[in-house]
Amino acid sequence: MRPSSSHLRELMSKRDFYAGGLMLLLGLGIALKGASYRQGTLMHMGPGFFPTALGVILVILGIAIAATGLAPSAETAGEHGESILPENPQWWGWMCILMSPVFFIFFGRNFGMAPGTFACVAIAACGDKQATWKSTIILATVVTVFGVGLFSYFLQVPMPIFSWWGSQ
Amino acid sequence: MIGQSLTDLMYGFGVALEPHNLMFCFLGVIVGNMVGVLPGMGPLATISILLPLTFGMKPVAAILMLGGVMYGAQYGGAICSILLNLPCHPPHAVTCLDGFPMTKQGRGGVALGLTVFASFVGASWGITEMIFLSPLLVKAALQFGPAEVCSLMLLGLLAGSTLARGSPIKGVSMTVLGLFLGSIGTDLETGSERYTFGMTELDDGIELIALALGLFGIAEFMSSINQVAPITGKYTNVRLKDMRPTLAEFKRSIFPMFRGTICGSLCSLIPGTGPTIASFVAYATEKKISKTPDKFGTGMIEGVVCPEAATHSSVQGDFIPTMSLGIPGDAVMALLLGALMIQGIVPGPQLISQHADIFWGLVASFWIGNILLVLLNVPLIGIWVKMLAIPYRFLYPSALFFVCIGVYAANNDFFQVGEVVVIGLFGYILLRLGFHPAPILLGFVLGPRFEENFRRALLISRGDLGVFVERPISAVFVGLCVILIGSQIYFRLKGSKPPIEPSLHPHEEQPRIAAEMRTPAE
Repeated sequence: MRPSSSHLRELMSKRDFYAGGLMLLLGLGIALKGASYRQGTLMHMGPGFFPTALGVILVILGIAIAATGLAPSAETAGEHGESILPENPQWWGWMCILMSPVFFIFFGRNFGMAPGTFACVAIAACGDKQATWKSTIILATVVTVFGVGLFSYFLQVPMPIFSWWGSQ
Repeated sequence: MIGQSLTDLMYGFGVALEPHNLMFCFLGVIVGNMVGVLPGMGPLATISILLPLTFGMKPVAAILMLGGVMYGAQYGGAICSILLNLPCHPPHAVTCLDGFPMTKQGRGGVALGLTVFASFVGASWGITEMIFLSPLLVKAALQFGPAEVCSLMLLGLLAGSTLARGSPIKGVSMTVLGLFLGSIGTDLETGSERYTFGMTELDDGIELIALALGLFGIAEFMSSINQVAPITGKYTNVRLKDMRPTLAEFKRSIFPMFRGTICGSLCSLIPGTGPTIASFVAYATEKKISKTPDKFGTGMIEGVVCPEAATHSSVQGDFIPTMSLGIPGDAVMALLLGALMIQGIVPGPQLISQHADIFWGLVASFWIGNILLVLLNVPLIGIWVKMLAIPYRFLYPSALFFVCIGVYAANNDFFQVGEVVVIGLFGYILLRLGFHPAPILLGFVLGPRFEENFRRALLISRGDLGVFVERPISAVFVGLCVILIGSQIYFRLKGSKPPIEPSLHPHEEQPRIAAEMRTPAE
């Protein structure tokens, strides 16, 4: 085993440490922002009291999680393994899934429901390793026809089926 | 009291049998059964996707349909476990242990047939429990002041986060995060905006649907993409006549069925212990009292019917605190409660009296729905099995479209679709860091009511925190919270896991849990 990769693996395997760290940062952010709102008294609480308290609790929990992550014992070994990244990361697939709603927003807002649906399904389908152009286009077409029928005609969602840059 | 319940139940049947309601109940159980079979789709994602479609419906029809999805999915999940050894849905993971060996011996049909029967028995018991227990609970709960409601919610939140899967401390932090997310938007009492960062779209808070679909839709798709193994249809050829058990098999499974039912209903009474824990406990108990414990795992019918009965009795029992106290035990119940709140119905002990049609209609529809499911599952088993063959690569892009349009339709606003992307990415990061995001939803739904009652309790007590331990009922709930946390710390220090989570025993062809087939924690 190469030393660099084992080092990397060790760094990645401190999952609970990062988990705790994330909670700590979130808690800090919540508490600091919350402190800028009016706190009030226990009897007449202001809007900032409850979220600030939650932020502080989150900081404490984060420290506790991080501490268990740093503990040298193997007891923290979780059932899903220790590494943050899965065994075979699917960067392309993840990107396709996240871009799918973005495409829906862009095409839906500017060109209407049918193009939005088509783009949304097509880009998502590209994320699968077995996807071909043909299967992607067929799937996107089928979902578009079915989806527009269901949502536009049957459920009356107020979104034009086709439009050009937002105009009807 | 009993007579009153039965009269109300008759009224409920009247509501549930209205053609309109019956149709949506039917639709709900069909969709539920379908997603139960489909790998990679959980009831949580499905209910969130269907939620926007219910906005235009009457509240009764909406809740009947969404409830139907919930218990319909349990029937479908069993098919997956028994025939394919795929624990798509956590409560059915334990069914694989004896169900799949039976399939390999060619008795998969029998296992399925008896499972459907056991499910019906379990569900019937759960419903009966709901009929008679809920009015009693309501009677007690109507006496509660803000302090009691607050401590009860605290107990529910703590139980929901520590007793579910995964590390308790991570569960609690997810609940706290959920409570915080619930406080985003306009503060109800002072009208000032919190954590909106100038975005007017956030004034009404984060959209429940966006949160649910981000956490259980997008994040789940991200963890399942290219990971779902194609399904081999080796044992999936089940015909109707294969499902009929012999008399001996039937006799053997009667008592395990009832023991499982009892086990499930007990588990459902403890908040936070959902169907998953119920089925594991039932299996472990059945194995312990069996005369031939070493034979478990080789295809014992007892090991199939007992956990399945427990699952169903617990699924129905979970509705009791949700509907009668307004305190959901897990994320699915939180979502159903959220659906009611979107319809403008305030959950809580007054729900049964103010909206009798919803409560009793729901109870009656459970029975109707379960009968429909038995009818659907027995003769149509072949169709469900065929559905297993739908590849995931067609499934998730279509589901993504439903996610987008559903969130859009909630407010006719593209901003919420953007929310879903952000929440989905965040949810996936949480999943990778070993968090189970389900308690977020629990905290999110209860958050505003928790804060409101907390403030009110302290206003009444003039800022004295002692009110939570001075009032006797509230003190009991706080005491239970302390016991809960104390026991978790105790188990932690002892270095062992709490006994309620028995591990699966390794044996040949062990079910491929979690790593390959991840569905949301129920």
